[in-house]
Amino acid sequence: MSHRPAAGRVTSAKIVIAGGFGVGKTTLVGSVSEITPLTTEAIMTSAGVGVDDNRQVPGKMTTTVAMDFGRISIDRDLILYLFGTPGQTRFWFMWDELVRGAIGAVVMVDTRRLADCFAAIDFFEHRRLPYLVAINCFDGMQYHNAQDVRDALAIANDVPVVSCDARNRESTKNVLISLVEYVLTMRRSRAVAPA
Amino acid sequence: MPERDEPTGALVRPYAVTRGRTRPKLEIALEALVETTVRGRSGMIRGGQGGSEHQYIAAMCDGGRVQSLAEIAARMQLPLGVARVIVADMASDGLVAVYEPTSLDDETDAVGTELLERVLSGLRRL
Repeated sequence: MSHRPAAGRVTSAKIVIAGGFGVGKTTLVGSVSEITPLTTEAIMTSAGVGVDDNRQVPGKMTTTVAMDFGRISIDRDLILYLFGTPGQTRFWFMWDELVRGAIGAVVMVDTRRLADCFAAIDFFEHRRLPYLVAINCFDGMQYHNAQDVRDALAIANDVPVVSCDARNRESTKNVLISLVEYVLTMRRSRAVAPA
Repeated sequence: MPERDEPTGALVRPYAVTRGRTRPKLEIALEALVETTVRGRSGMIRGGQGGSEHQYIAAMCDGGRVQSLAEIAARMQLPLGVARVIVADMASDGLVAVYEPTSLDDETDAVGTELLERVLSGLRRL
């Protein structure tokens, strides 16, 4: 490895921001990020990943998957990244990479299109990645209360359900704080009583 | 100085940069931080080997401005996999240091818990 175990070794962490198309993922990232959200692209070929010599795969199909992300310097030596999931949930190969090592996920919900977040919730539950549900209140309106949303999503009672305005920095900050608090609480309870 | 307009997002050329390789010498996380080493900096000044991509990355991650792999890929308009191959090459040549994120897998691990506490207090201070 290329680590230099110097004093002041820098490290990073990430939080995944998921939800249906147009639910406000990039808006949420942009409201707290210190940089204008950037877009990174990954390419998938239908021949599969890990093929070292593409010349042997004539007529391969390629798919480009774009992810928006932002950055928050927590400290000089600790940087937090917020990664929005690709718009279409069928790009699972990218989700694997996104959740690996993540603190947890924010599942953004538009109550008018609740079903859009089902795939994300299934995925995080399957991967045992802690998540919370953030109801994005477009135009300041919340069309359903948190309990209705919890019932409709059939999620466990301990999963936090919060409301937010993704455009608002303070609101987004509070969502992230709620997530990290939740992750810490779970971690501490499991450390005490290992399953 | 590397030219900012180079390289472009055209797909053929980035894979030419990696000579067709899609598998990096080192697995690097999306959010792993990259910092130019002293050696990378001197290579940059001398004009160095390895082409403009190396110089661009060395300049980008120099002077305490650590950047994640994702940022490098985005700013260079390179597909993630290509950026990963290039950064891994640079790391194995000692031109950059790669700092992998702290693992949170072990829930009894104090290092992970401390990291989460730092993130939490940092968010509260924002």
